[in-house]
Amino acid sequence: MALDLTPLGVPPPRPRARWLAPLSIALASLLTLLPVVATVPFLPPFGLLMLLGWRLTRADALRVWMAAPLGLFDDLVSGQPFGSAMFLWMTCMLLIDVLETRIVWRSFWQDWLFAAGAIGFVLIAGRFFAAPISAKVDAALLLQAGASAMLFPIASRFCAWLDRDVQKA
Amino acid sequence: MAPPRTRRPGFSRRAQYGLFFSYVAAIGLLLIGAALVLISRYNPHLFAPARSAIAEVTTPVSSGLDWVRRAIGTVPDEIGSFFGVRSENARLKRQIEAERAALQRALGMERENQRLRALLKVRDATPETIIVARLVSSSAASTRRYATLNAGSWQRVERGQPVRDAAGLIGQVIEAGPNAARVLLVTDPESTIPVRRASDGLPAIITGRGDGTLDVRAANAAANPFRPGDLMVTSGTGGVFPPNIPIGRITESGRDNATAAPTSNPDMADFVMVLRIFLPEPAPPPQPFPTATPKPKAK
Repeated sequence: MALDLTPLGVPPPRPRARWLAPLSIALASLLTLLPVVATVPFLPPFGLLMLLGWRLTRADALRVWMAAPLGLFDDLVSGQPFGSAMFLWMTCMLLIDVLETRIVWRSFWQDWLFAAGAIGFVLIAGRFFAAPISAKVDAALLLQAGASAMLFPIASRFCAWLDRDVQKA
Repeated sequence: MAPPRTRRPGFSRRAQYGLFFSYVAAIGLLLIGAALVLISRYNPHLFAPARSAIAEVTTPVSSGLDWVRRAIGTVPDEIGSFFGVRSENARLKRQIEAERAALQRALGMERENQRLRALLKVRDATPETIIVARLVSSSAASTRRYATLNAGSWQRVERGQPVRDAAGLIGQVIEAGPNAARVLLVTDPESTIPVRRASDGLPAIITGRGDGTLDVRAANAAANPFRPGDLMVTSGTGGVFPPNIPIGRITESGRDNATAAPTSNPDMADFVMVLRIFLPEPAPPPQPFPTATPKPKAK
């Protein structure tokens, strides 16, 4: 949600988060290029972590619909069925928007809780989109989801570090 | 900070409409995403060109990273072999002496085999290696087990070809771009391969379980005849995989199925071989009305 603030008719400089946020999310999706041939899903969904990091530390960095094209790009490199991350990431963004109208206060612990819920939702729903029900991937998947949720504070700090050009009011 | 009570971004009509239409776009894209998931559920290869296009760009990066990883990984081996080379030489010489007799026997059997095959006029389809390449990356964040091969249709890699390494079968090419291909590993939950037990030829089906192991089911026996330690090899049924490639060794025998560990570890394989499809489909019958065939030039 971008606020169109033009105090005294002088537009403030555009924060670099507007282009850096999509770029950093796409680059994080590309971390699946690591030269490891995995036998279990062990790599956290870095693109999703960065998306949640940006959304929860700086809500106006991304237009709400940006999650869909970024998710589509993630599908191209992640091995999930085409459209899976587009649908699930977009759902997460809309759900976070709805939740934000309900909550009264913001705190980091609450952001972390949202992020953990979103990561669990995306990974578990993505498993049902991608692999048949009979696949024995659930133990590895829960470990992956837990590890990814634990990584959220790092992603969040990293997004805040990327966003450090904003002048304090 | 408490969030604003309303979502209205101020009095500017333009900002209000912009916000409204961004949500309309978001929900529209959400529905498109759901439709794409359904489409790729029923036709998973429809979007292969898009994936291949990205893979063409990313595979060289992965290949470079893979080269760095292997270069670093060989350092301890190099140091170890520098000190162990003399004792290893002596050991290998002893081993050659010990195996000479077995080799002679095997050569004799090979000659006899060729003679018998010639007598029977067996039509042999010899497995032919298309190319030797590397697996450079994989779908490590997904529950599916795909790997990326750094060779494609420019190197005659095509969809359906089996991929193996020295230890056994690794998977099958499912999408081939010009210079990169996607390989469905045997451990993927949707990979199904006809096999037989190496000792007595008992037919079975191997399916990936998704957690790095394989699920083995006997094709026709009601009880579970497998014992831990049994080696399963491809049977050649179906004509895609050449026969007698090791694929897994039974580790655990359950009530109606058994679990096997794959014989090859695609992460440790230095190189993999892409093989020709064992028995390719026969060529389609000639068209009754050839229309677009260029006429041979008169000499």
